[in-house]
Amino acid sequence: MSANQTLGRYGEDRAADYLCGLGYTILHRNWRGPAGEIDLIANDRGRFVFVEVKTRNGQGFGHPFEAITQEKVSRMRKLVAQWCETQQLAGARVRLDAVAVLVSGGRVNIEHLKQVY
Amino acid sequence: MSLAKSYAVSLMGLAGTLIEVEAEISSNLPNFVLIGLPDASLSEAKDRVRAASHNSGLSMPARRVTINLSPASVPKHGASFDLAIALSIMAAGGLVRAESVAEWVHLGELGLDGTVRQISGVLPALLGAKAAGFRQAVVPLANLAEALLVDGIKVVGASHLRQVAKLHGAEIESEECTTEARTPSGTAPSITPFLVPDISDVIGQEEAIQALTVAAAGGHHLLMVGPPGAGKTMLAERLPTLLPDLPLREALETTAVYSIATNRVVANGGSLITRPPFEAPHHSASVSSLVGGGMGFPRPGHISLANHGVLFLDEAPEFQKPVLEALRQPLESGEVIINRSAGTARFPARFQLVLAANPCPCGRLSGKGQRCVCSQAQKLHYAARLSGPLLDRVDIRLAITPANPAQMAIGNQSEATRKTSEVARSEVASARAAAAERLRQTPWFINAQVPGPYLRNQLKTQSAITAQLDRALDRGAMSMRGYDRCLRLAWTSADLAGRTSPTLEDVSMAIYLRGSENPMEPR
Repeated sequence: MSANQTLGRYGEDRAADYLCGLGYTILHRNWRGPAGEIDLIANDRGRFVFVEVKTRNGQGFGHPFEAITQEKVSRMRKLVAQWCETQQLAGARVRLDAVAVLVSGGRVNIEHLKQVY
Repeated sequence: MSLAKSYAVSLMGLAGTLIEVEAEISSNLPNFVLIGLPDASLSEAKDRVRAASHNSGLSMPARRVTINLSPASVPKHGASFDLAIALSIMAAGGLVRAESVAEWVHLGELGLDGTVRQISGVLPALLGAKAAGFRQAVVPLANLAEALLVDGIKVVGASHLRQVAKLHGAEIESEECTTEARTPSGTAPSITPFLVPDISDVIGQEEAIQALTVAAAGGHHLLMVGPPGAGKTMLAERLPTLLPDLPLREALETTAVYSIATNRVVANGGSLITRPPFEAPHHSASVSSLVGGGMGFPRPGHISLANHGVLFLDEAPEFQKPVLEALRQPLESGEVIINRSAGTARFPARFQLVLAANPCPCGRLSGKGQRCVCSQAQKLHYAARLSGPLLDRVDIRLAITPANPAQMAIGNQSEATRKTSEVARSEVASARAAAAERLRQTPWFINAQVPGPYLRNQLKTQSAITAQLDRALDRGAMSMRGYDRCLRLAWTSADLAGRTSPTLEDVSMAIYLRGSENPMEPR
């Protein structure tokens, strides 16, 4: 595992902890579909939440959210549809979220955006 | 979610529309959306503002930013909105006081490092902001001298985005905005006297100088016909030196037109233009460059840059026919209306027209014209380029002959006795004052504007004076229009001499100045 993968894995763990703290139930981690991967899939009181997690060590390369491009968002939309198909969930209420995990100097800062587009 | 707003001005010609710049920061993935009919250069504001904010240490929020330029139906162009956009975003993000930002008009282009760059059209934009009820504005420091010409609005100059942020209460270290214009380096206002044209530079040509003085006093359009090297261009360049300084209202209008013609005011050091402008476009000029035009957005042409000054067309018959014909309507109305896809603009175009022409294509058809090599057809064709309707509007038609060696010799000795522009200018000023006083009940203020019927009515009782003109009219040697032109010139001649009404002498002078009915006629 490369340093970046380790950091990404660590960020996803922190994000999952954070969402559990909000009362979400984690359904899948790193779910793979034909169009790619979804970092976290959770259930927020009956609503399915698809979460993209971005982790950064320091801000040298900009804010983590800036790395989530329009292209990435549209790929996630496809994945949401594909996941719903595999789960045979038609008409389910879904939501796309983004979580930024900022690690700097031993401190971890988490930002959460709901219903991104 | 947070909202804030600031204000900027969109210009269409000289008319400014106040634009509300609204910024919204929403909890969403970072994106920068600019809406409200921006053109290409304004759309690029997104990247300029982002980089400028980042490099000023006032980073944009990592959220979705939406900028709306309202009213959304007005087309907007140029980079002058950058500053207002940057400030409204900072206000929405809570970096500066939103209520303070909303009370100011912000004009300025941003560099990627956060410097505030000069823009065009600051003067008309501020007049628009003032008309919309704004009392405070931030402008680029390089435009401050120009901005300070507008009364009744507090203007501060900024050279960096941080200064403007500090002005609105950002907690950063920065210099303050300034209210003192700095003179741009390298453009020293003092010009060496050798380069300033003066009427005393002209040797001989007393009649031409007299005609030039009459033209200046009455605002009469002027045509000079003469062989190459006779001094037509030299004389035309000296006409503005005979004109008095522009009154404040006209000076502001002239400066405003210069301001929207990119970078012209900056070349002037940014201060008020008080001397009548002189525009001398080359004869290859297009209709758009002369009367105004441009791609998408209307821009002023040479005739508007020559507003309240002199438009000199050297080698007039060499201009394309449609270009010359395009002058007729502005000559009549004193303004020009330009339609382009982005909108319609009205520019002032009250200029004094000076035309210069050779007598024939080879230029040697003067005196007896024996050295001329042009065919009759060539001469006719050349003369026909200056159309009747255009020449109808030209009061003075002057044949210029080259100074002969004797005049040169005398001229070189009598340098001290030759009239200077300064002396002539004061004569012109008092003649103009006399005309304005006489015409104060009318909408006109210089003789060139007065229509024929009014002129004829004024002199109805003095048939002794107009007898000479009446005879010429009876003989068919003069048209009715020519008659009116003579009366107009006679009044100017009387004004210059300090007489309250024209005498026989003035009428004779007028007949001489009016010249031939067909000045380009082949002999």
